[in-house]
Amino acid sequence: MPTFVYMTRCDGCGHCVDICPSDIMHIDPTYRRAVNIEPNMCWECYSCVKACPQNAIDARGYADFAPLGHSVRVLREESKGTVSWKVKFRNGEEKNFVSPIRTTEWGSIKSPSEYDVPSEESFKEQELAHEPEALNIPGLPDLTLKASDQEAQ
Amino acid sequence: MGLFARRKTHFVDSDILVIGGGMAGCGATYESRYWGRDLKILCVEKANIERSGAVAQGLYAINTYMGMQWDENQPEDHVRYARNDLMGLVREDLGYDIARHVDSCVHKFEEWGLPMMRDPETGRYQREGKWQIMIHGESYKPIVAEAATKAATEVYNRIMVTHLLMDKTTPNRVSGAVGFNVRTGDFYVFQAKAVIVCAGGASHIYKPRAVGEGMGRTWYAPWSCASAYALPIRVGAKMTQMENRIVLARFKDGYGPVGAYFLHLKTYTQNGLGEEYESKWYDHTKELVGDYIDRQPVPTCLRNHAFLEELKAGRGPIRMVTKEAFQDPHKETVGWENFLGMTIGQAVVWASQNIDPKHTNPELTTSEPYVMGSHATCSGAWASGPEDCAPSDYQWGYNRMMTVDGLFGAGDTIGGAAHKFSSGSFTEGRIAAKAAVNYVNDLGTNAPKVSETEYENLKKEVYKPMENYEVGRNEIVAGTVSPSYILPMQGLQRLEKIMDEYVGGIGANYITNEPLLTRGLEHLAMLKEDLDKLGAEDLHQLQRAWELQHRVLASESVTHHTMFRTETRWPGYYYRGDHPKLDDNDWHCFTLSQYDHESGEWELEKAPVHHIID
Repeated sequence: MPTFVYMTRCDGCGHCVDICPSDIMHIDPTYRRAVNIEPNMCWECYSCVKACPQNAIDARGYADFAPLGHSVRVLREESKGTVSWKVKFRNGEEKNFVSPIRTTEWGSIKSPSEYDVPSEESFKEQELAHEPEALNIPGLPDLTLKASDQEAQ
Repeated sequence: MGLFARRKTHFVDSDILVIGGGMAGCGATYESRYWGRDLKILCVEKANIERSGAVAQGLYAINTYMGMQWDENQPEDHVRYARNDLMGLVREDLGYDIARHVDSCVHKFEEWGLPMMRDPETGRYQREGKWQIMIHGESYKPIVAEAATKAATEVYNRIMVTHLLMDKTTPNRVSGAVGFNVRTGDFYVFQAKAVIVCAGGASHIYKPRAVGEGMGRTWYAPWSCASAYALPIRVGAKMTQMENRIVLARFKDGYGPVGAYFLHLKTYTQNGLGEEYESKWYDHTKELVGDYIDRQPVPTCLRNHAFLEELKAGRGPIRMVTKEAFQDPHKETVGWENFLGMTIGQAVVWASQNIDPKHTNPELTTSEPYVMGSHATCSGAWASGPEDCAPSDYQWGYNRMMTVDGLFGAGDTIGGAAHKFSSGSFTEGRIAAKAAVNYVNDLGTNAPKVSETEYENLKKEVYKPMENYEVGRNEIVAGTVSPSYILPMQGLQRLEKIMDEYVGGIGANYITNEPLLTRGLEHLAMLKEDLDKLGAEDLHQLQRAWELQHRVLASESVTHHTMFRTETRWPGYYYRGDHPKLDDNDWHCFTLSQYDHESGEWELEKAPVHHIID
């Protein structure tokens, strides 16, 4: 379902332009509001719909195979940590779903440079950052014996 | 004076240049910083890393997690699984390497704030299947991007990287990349000591099932434009298994995922008459592939094969039997949230067509082929393996370094290692990055230099479609028909038609043969010539023009590889009509190719498959 933009709700802020992975949300030069310039390159990923502060963007199923009269609306609330969905069928039936999106504060991830500097010898070992601790097992598995078996063949 | 001459050029020097900010690119950026505290680390992305790559809209499952902490699986088990699924041919060293590290990545995702579902009885991650765990992953990508953004010296969004640059003096050594800013139109020259290609695989090289407004609803993201392959191919990096395209059996029209349906909700398929059909094709499939049909789980391509044969026998459509499972309200919620979390378009299709799986068993379909290195398929660059367990002929340098010095890769870019998915791609990015930091540290003062001649020539090439358009546009009154240029979409549709008809797309029932491939290459050669006459009206179209360039080069590679492998290794993905059977005597091996940009010639060779795990 390619996205489209409601004329009376869009204020041309450009959040959708900034986020669209397909580069198809642009500001229309005449109306100064957002428009999907290439609906057949829209993946229906809803990144723009979620990003719109005015709830001005909606989607209408691809004309090739989606009959009219449906809607799938989303409300993504970072402050609550949830995403809410309302699925409305062509026949009027409705379904609602709510899921968590994040368990920590936005911006709370530590930069890798905040961890202790790795030792010189660890550069030549196979362990990656935070290993083996982050594996929750005593050590990184290795195949050394089996590899030498293979070479002996 | 050409249009290109008016474009500003920015020079950016770096130690490590990560191209593509998807899952692999974020992993590479994060790990580069951990090991390279004082290095200048750049991540360059053609969209916005907060919502870019294949995981842009989220995921409802992480498909690769060992669970070593609970002794659920060991890395060796995953290698056996991937090898079995790919009909015997995987780089076991690369797969093992990803599998042994992947759990630490997943644990970090949870620490960073990704909501994991847990089994209420055991308290462990909720399993969807043996390898898959279930997540509430709407914000999977923004979370991972936050980690990468904190790690990078700078993230450059909205820069489409078009070409890699080679060292001015030492042959076969990378020195950076060029691209253009999709918003400002400025030209960028990135000089780097090591480059990690983490770009996307290929959608839209084959004609999709929907060709109108719905052509964007491909299974793999429409923005995955084969940069993963075109960038290394053009500089002569060896590629492997490029014939190993993937076809997906998915819910019809929306390509909604079936993993949770099969594995967790325990739904199953039947034909149009309401019959089980896979077992009917057992003897027939055994004649084609021998004992591979007896392996468990049945390889993905062979399940596709039964699906396709059943349709050809006139007993479609194939449906997923959901009515039983969906009577359970919990399962119904999981089924819907599964789509809303990663393929919203499928929910839209069902809402529009009044398909409530509680009352209707939805249809399935098989997709057009895709070329990628991270799903149940393993196309990509031929890379050096881990120092401690790669056989000697799989090792020529640093881990995940391609056959070009200083050029690393991860995710869709690296071939031979199937079943990475999101977590494995992130993991491979980390593996490549640690190796790249070691490479940079070992270089000392011997840094590569970009050549002014090279980047100035590329600058002209990059903006040529805008010049073509500006000149050619004056010839015609209006409209899209010009005798002097073709628009990117017109070129894309020609590519998709060639690949569909000659290289085993849906229109040909996935069948091809040597005469068809030969003719396909002739068409591709003419298309390649016409790419010099691409016309781009604006910067958005210029991006499309370069996406098409990347897709065409990757398609040429796919076609040569398909020609070279004279067997049908993966029935259900594609068929060589002139070599309909699997041939382990001659073809239990990898295919390798190398492209010479100057001559336009491709060289193909075989490489052995080493089984380092029982």
